[in-house]
Amino acid sequence: MPLLEVDALCKSYDGSAGAATLAIENISFAVESGEFVALVGPSGCGKTTLLMCIAGLAAPSGGRVAVKSKPVDRPPPDLVLVFQEYNRSLFAWRTVLGNVLFGLEAKGRSGTPAEERARRLIGLVGLEGFERHYPWQLSGGMQQRVAIARALAYEPEVLLMDEPFGSVDAMTRLELEDALLGIWKELGTTILLVTHDIEEAIYLSDRVHVLARRPSRVVETVAVPLPRPRNQVSTRAEPGFMELRNRIYRRIADAG
Amino acid sequence: MRAERRFNTAGVGLFAALLLLWEVYSRAAGIQDYLPPPSAALKALVQPDVARALSGHLAGTLGRFVGGYFLAAALAVAAGVVLGYSRFAYSVSEVITELLRPMPSVAIIPVAILCLGIGDAMMIAVTVYAAAWPILLNTIDGVRNLDRTLIDTGRTFGLGRLKILWQVALPAAAPYIATGLRVSLPIALILVTTSEMVAGSAGLGYFILDEERSLRPANMYAGIVVVALQGYALNRLFLLVEARALAWKRGMRTRGEA
Repeated sequence: MPLLEVDALCKSYDGSAGAATLAIENISFAVESGEFVALVGPSGCGKTTLLMCIAGLAAPSGGRVAVKSKPVDRPPPDLVLVFQEYNRSLFAWRTVLGNVLFGLEAKGRSGTPAEERARRLIGLVGLEGFERHYPWQLSGGMQQRVAIARALAYEPEVLLMDEPFGSVDAMTRLELEDALLGIWKELGTTILLVTHDIEEAIYLSDRVHVLARRPSRVVETVAVPLPRPRNQVSTRAEPGFMELRNRIYRRIADAG
Repeated sequence: MRAERRFNTAGVGLFAALLLLWEVYSRAAGIQDYLPPPSAALKALVQPDVARALSGHLAGTLGRFVGGYFLAAALAVAAGVVLGYSRFAYSVSEVITELLRPMPSVAIIPVAILCLGIGDAMMIAVTVYAAAWPILLNTIDGVRNLDRTLIDTGRTFGLGRLKILWQVALPAAAPYIATGLRVSLPIALILVTTSEMVAGSAGLGYFILDEERSLRPANMYAGIVVVALQGYALNRLFLLVEARALAWKRGMRTRGEA
């Protein structure tokens, strides 16, 4: 039984002329426990809308989403969404430690064990020594690390990530990708990540769902058989990696 | 920041010069009955019986101020969060708010006297009414300007509406609320003092008016000095507390300017 099921999901918006605009058309896929799955597609293909529906933050117009076989009609307790805009999602009035503790408090955990756990997670995302800093004192990449640690503190079974590295520089992006793979390996959290970066999708995941735009739909599902642990230099240099990249690129280009 | 803390020599000099001018003019023109020199007011201030009376009145005024101001803050923040959060509550209350807000608050004093008689309850009610407006409007603004992403963050972490209000909306709106509190502070002082003048039997406002009517202008000025110092001290205290409570915000601003 898959951990997360998306079945014939549709989402339409009421257009200005009264006609409904279809943003997502009939998307179906499933994510097994412990998997790392990526959704890749061009900008404006409704990826964020899709994640909002899966996270229970927006209501789909049709179809259904289920986590552990339970239909999602509100934000499910076993799932957390990491937003692309970390600077708007982090709590500016809380320190790094306070932000991470929020994830634990939301689960009803507090006191010394919670703080120890928060400190361990801060270490896991590579931010030891910054516990007392406020988000604005950190670089963008570090802020996104805080957001990831905060989400992990909630101990979700599924971590949804919306273009998590979309607004950091290229070097930081590679670092964060590896940090995320390390965390995924260590905690075994199931991850569903959305990105417009084809290589990022391949590098990180076990499986890539390729989306086309207007309306958003899955045009192909590609398994990524590349060995783990992956390496920014050698994995990306493998012929298999390039093959997958070209195949997905062509698929997106063809779909327009 | 640093420039603000520097001692303002020119400003203090001008103030001293004006005081000196007043002193000289008042003595030379022989108008001490209604404009006694500052030295006379200071002399009155340190007279044991005047000082004793003034400290009693100061305590009363401060008590009413604290009661009114904090009650206003609690009520206005609570109402502001609800009105800022709920589109329906906002539109239902909008007409009343728009009508009452521009009305000079002192106009409510006669109403309060009719309803509550003369006494602390009336004066505190009037203070609450006047001081609540800036806090209410700023809180509404703060909550309405909340980033949608912050709310969604609370929701994805499984927080219910109330917890989101308390743990996300309220702290995010804190800088707005602080602005309202800062604007309200002198307003609360004005209303306390005015209501004491109109209907009080104690307090600095009562003292000032009573001394004027008793033809003791030096004592009246001593009262005015105490009122002024009280306002200055409360404002400084407020800025101190605000700087501590919103330290995170100040750092953000400083960095934004750099």
